[in-house]
Amino acid sequence: MSDERGDPAAGPVCPVPISDYPTVQLAHGGGGRLTQQLIERLFVPSFANPLLAALHDGAVLPVGGERLAFTTDSYVVHPLFFPGGDIGSLAVHGTVNDLAMCGARPLALSCGLILEEGLPMETLARVVASMRDAAAAAGVPIATGDTKVVDRGKGDGIYVNTAGIGVVPPGIAIDPRRAAPGDVVLLSGRIAEHGIAILSVREGLEFESPIRSDSAPLAGLVGVLLDRLGERVHVLRDPTRGGVATTLHEIAAQAGAGIRIEESRLPLAPAVRGACEILGLDPLYVANEGKALAIVAREAADEALALWRDHPLGRDAVAIGEVVTDHPDRVTLRSSIGGLRLVDLLAGEQLPRIC
Amino acid sequence: MRFVDEYRGEAEAARLLAALARDTTRPWTLMELCGGQTHTLIRSGITRMLPAGITLVHGPGCPVCVTSLELIDRALAIARRPEVIFTSFGDMLRVPGSEADLFAVKSAGADVRMVYSPLDAVKLAAKHPDREVVFFAVGFETTAPANAMAVWQASRQDLRNFSILAAHVLVPPAMEAILASPANRVQAFLAAGHVCAIMGYREYEPIAARHRVPIVVTGFEPLDLLQGIHMAVRALEAGRHGVENQYARAVTRDGNAPAQRLLREVFEPCDRKWRGIGEIPASGLRLRPEYAAFDAEQRFAVGHLSAAESPLCFAGEVLQGLRKPPDCPAFGRECTPEHPLGAPMVSSEGACAAYYRYGRSS
Repeated sequence: MSDERGDPAAGPVCPVPISDYPTVQLAHGGGGRLTQQLIERLFVPSFANPLLAALHDGAVLPVGGERLAFTTDSYVVHPLFFPGGDIGSLAVHGTVNDLAMCGARPLALSCGLILEEGLPMETLARVVASMRDAAAAAGVPIATGDTKVVDRGKGDGIYVNTAGIGVVPPGIAIDPRRAAPGDVVLLSGRIAEHGIAILSVREGLEFESPIRSDSAPLAGLVGVLLDRLGERVHVLRDPTRGGVATTLHEIAAQAGAGIRIEESRLPLAPAVRGACEILGLDPLYVANEGKALAIVAREAADEALALWRDHPLGRDAVAIGEVVTDHPDRVTLRSSIGGLRLVDLLAGEQLPRIC
Repeated sequence: MRFVDEYRGEAEAARLLAALARDTTRPWTLMELCGGQTHTLIRSGITRMLPAGITLVHGPGCPVCVTSLELIDRALAIARRPEVIFTSFGDMLRVPGSEADLFAVKSAGADVRMVYSPLDAVKLAAKHPDREVVFFAVGFETTAPANAMAVWQASRQDLRNFSILAAHVLVPPAMEAILASPANRVQAFLAAGHVCAIMGYREYEPIAARHRVPIVVTGFEPLDLLQGIHMAVRALEAGRHGVENQYARAVTRDGNAPAQRLLREVFEPCDRKWRGIGEIPASGLRLRPEYAAFDAEQRFAVGHLSAAESPLCFAGEVLQGLRKPPDCPAFGRECTPEHPLGAPMVSSEGACAAYYRYGRSS
């Protein structure tokens, strides 16, 4: 594109030179449209292979007669400690959850640490203890690791990378392309808690009741569904960065189907809702770290919902919408007053509004 | 949630829509002045639920959208200075100037920080006495008092390293400019409730009388807007003009006297160029001479800037209610929220962004 700029023969092109960013912007990591562009235009063509092309939370590899799930994620959250968790527990939960969303039982995790010179040893010990506890609670060993130290000022205290492998049991077929019209979209609980918790500590925002991150391992919650319903669970995703809206958007695009949700059914804690109203943020786009979305066959929806509500991490589970034949590739929302609107991808992070 | 859910009920919305349909006998064109109202209209789906004859055009009430390109370029030039910590509300960061936006300047090394209140910028100045802290003071009468308070506090604390880049704009002169335009098709206004919470609505009465238009002070929740539209249509159908107040739970005729006093203490009216519209006399606020020490424009001489708008963008016509965003040939093609050609595609209050995000139907 940039070579064409100024060439009248190329037709109308954006005259604003930021159209093709010559440098990496924060929004490239925001989970929205710019992240998607980076994946589609750089990573997928560069690494082209059928495993990657599925673009799921993790890859599923056939090994002998088994299917292994394989995933990785890096954690750069700031501050390192926040209400409801810390970078260590988050790094364990995030990767366990990515495996769970492949329909896999986690087998083992790795732990790669990038430490900044001068990081207090006590801080490192707290993070490691938190990883140990989170891994134990999720029932998965941290089986291998690596440590690097960078010069003071070249890092933000501590960055964590975890990778995970798991095994997908027979009879499980999780694939966004299996979302079919008539399927029901289930959400395991209240949304936007992680993102608002991080924002409030990072920006020093104070609310009447402190908002805690929902960070939690979801392999158990997903397991109860898969054990009972097997192939009738069509899609699983955890709506992390970019929130429920972005995740549903990705599913709709991959399935080639439409998704319609009901605004009035979205579960929100009153404090989170208040914070979003005040800041002008749409909770649909705010990150979660302990919630799952499941798309299940219609006849299995009631049983799935009952199974989730019996699980400690799924008490507030609800059916928020369904897969439809209208508007393929798009997500629509029926508003609280009965109007219909499009739920689009954001370019990058949401920006709090002026007034 | 108390005081919010009451204004989002489906049954009451259906009742108001039915009443509106019953009372509408002719086509009418209304303008909602505030970008926050534009977003509610589109986000809740109201624009698709109205009787066919009712057209809502979206007014210039998005401060991010109307801030002139020259001022944004000036902000970028100031933000690039190594001694400066440049602070701004979040949605100003992605608005394109002639060559870049504040995010791009930040990624190139400038110290640009998002704040949630101008008072946070004052705190930053107190914390970093060796740096120059500049706040980008954009907004209508709603945000101006808080920004005036920031300057007033900095003055009381004798903070020598705090300044603002004042880009404030005022609603009534913009309404006059719209009504005076030969191309005007607006027959009634929904005035911005929060602007009136500060200023009251006394100053709208002469406008309503002179131009014989109904003006309904309207809130921001879906039911507020439906009721405001209904009140405006009833006035139009009855041939009435004048100011009515839908948002009585927040707005009085005289407004917030202490906030107005603070505004007069710190700011004075000035001519202001509006992005896409042009210069409107006495439509802005600048710092009074007594507060010149806090004026970033005077503190940082950045010289003459020549600003160039995209030739494709017709944001000016959108902001005056002459055309709708989807009519623009660049809408959703060359111009998207990640590659905005004009400011209305950036801000959450911008009409183009609202249509892009919620309104595209195919």
